[in-house]
Amino acid sequence: MQQIGEAIGLAIGLLLAADADLLEIVTLSLYVSLSATSIACVLGLPLGAILAVTRFPGRGPVLVLINALMGLPPVVVGLIVYLHLSRSGPLGFLGLLYTPTAMIVAQTILIAPIVVALSRQVLEDLHLEYAEQFRSLALSARQIIQALLWDGRFALFTVALAGFGRAVAEVGAVMIVGGNIDHLTRVMTTAITLETSRGNLPLALALGIVLLALAMAVTAAVHGLRAGTAGHADA
Amino acid sequence: MPMPERMARNDARGARACRIELRSLAYDVAGTRLIDVPALTLRPTGTTVVMGPNGAGKSLLLRLMHGLIPPSSGEILVGGRPLSPEQCKAQALVFQKPVLLRRSVAANIDFVLKARGKDRSRCRDLLDRVDLGSLADRPARRLSGGEQQRLAIARALATEPDTLFLDEPTASLDPESVQAIEGIVAAAARDGVRIIFVTHDVQQARRLAEDVVFLSSGRVAEEASADAFFNGPETKVARAYLSGHLDRLVET
Repeated sequence: MQQIGEAIGLAIGLLLAADADLLEIVTLSLYVSLSATSIACVLGLPLGAILAVTRFPGRGPVLVLINALMGLPPVVVGLIVYLHLSRSGPLGFLGLLYTPTAMIVAQTILIAPIVVALSRQVLEDLHLEYAEQFRSLALSARQIIQALLWDGRFALFTVALAGFGRAVAEVGAVMIVGGNIDHLTRVMTTAITLETSRGNLPLALALGIVLLALAMAVTAAVHGLRAGTAGHADA
Repeated sequence: MPMPERMARNDARGARACRIELRSLAYDVAGTRLIDVPALTLRPTGTTVVMGPNGAGKSLLLRLMHGLIPPSSGEILVGGRPLSPEQCKAQALVFQKPVLLRRSVAANIDFVLKARGKDRSRCRDLLDRVDLGSLADRPARRLSGGEQQRLAIARALATEPDTLFLDEPTASLDPESVQAIEGIVAAAARDGVRIIFVTHDVQQARRLAEDVVFLSSGRVAEEASADAFFNGPETKVARAYLSGHLDRLVET
């Protein structure tokens, strides 16, 4: 209990002092996880929509595979990305290992299946409601997908949040491909791991509290955005 | 679309374009024949009301004619040619329960205008035609039932259809909303849109119909002009339906 109280005090102190190291870590955490979430959404939402409205041979196994990939272990993703980006790997010439870009790549691979699987489910449910009306209007598949993505936007915000939550909280992948290098690839989760291994539990806990606050702030911002733009929709 | 333009287009495309012919049309589900129409030709203009008791196949027939579901056998000809996706675009269907997009009233119309490559400046005019101009910025799904149905009709008219199918659009609406919708449909008919209106409300059919197709158990029991049908129905089932004693016919 004493440690938790100490940690909360330390966290508040770090925040109030606008500690430069802490701000750097927080900024990098946000940069990496928001970038990964954005890329995963740009790729994953249209793919989820395509899977929601199309029927093709082998669709069932594809859905099972994507759903299974939602549970990808971060360390495995980290290891696979590491093997590709290491000097002897096929993409080693890019020189991306131990950079924030490598961390973004790893987190994107980690959360893209979440975005695809959840958006597919959300949009398929929406399409069930709209399908006959869309057929009646003789819309093209592209028009249907665009309409579903727009009309499902509020539910898709939540899908993006789920992806962001997974990205910002994971440690295994960014540790392996980022290396937890101070002032270069150290993010909240790897910093917490480091401080814990050093026995500096109050600081680790303080960082944990900051991470929690960060995740809640992003969630609140998305909900605020949703409330502010919900005027023209019955979500 | 302004009325002169609509009439000019209707003249140019010709009434023949709206003639719908059903030939040996059948629709089966799990071995049960739900629709069985050996031959039926709907006249190319005006308002046809499709009537019949619940389960007669009225909505199913409408969906077949609009190409939403393929027939099990037989064919549907529009303007003498088999129903094609391109011809389906010249038709529009208003469902009993409108499915509106999660957008504003105006955005629901604009979506269709944009999707069909129509003049998007017509949005306001279409909303005014259904008396929803003052609600253009409202969320569509927060309108009353009658307003939602009027919006659905405006959206259907936005596609500039030759033929407008309406599947019991006034079911469960109050009399004022029913009157408003009947007025909109009548105005569309005057503008040259071919109307095919499904209802089981006899009084409404009397108000709207120029001719009537009466369905019973998936078959066309009677097809006649409105005057002939309402003044002297030929079949026992139609007589029983119009007199409100269909239950007695079923019992006997």
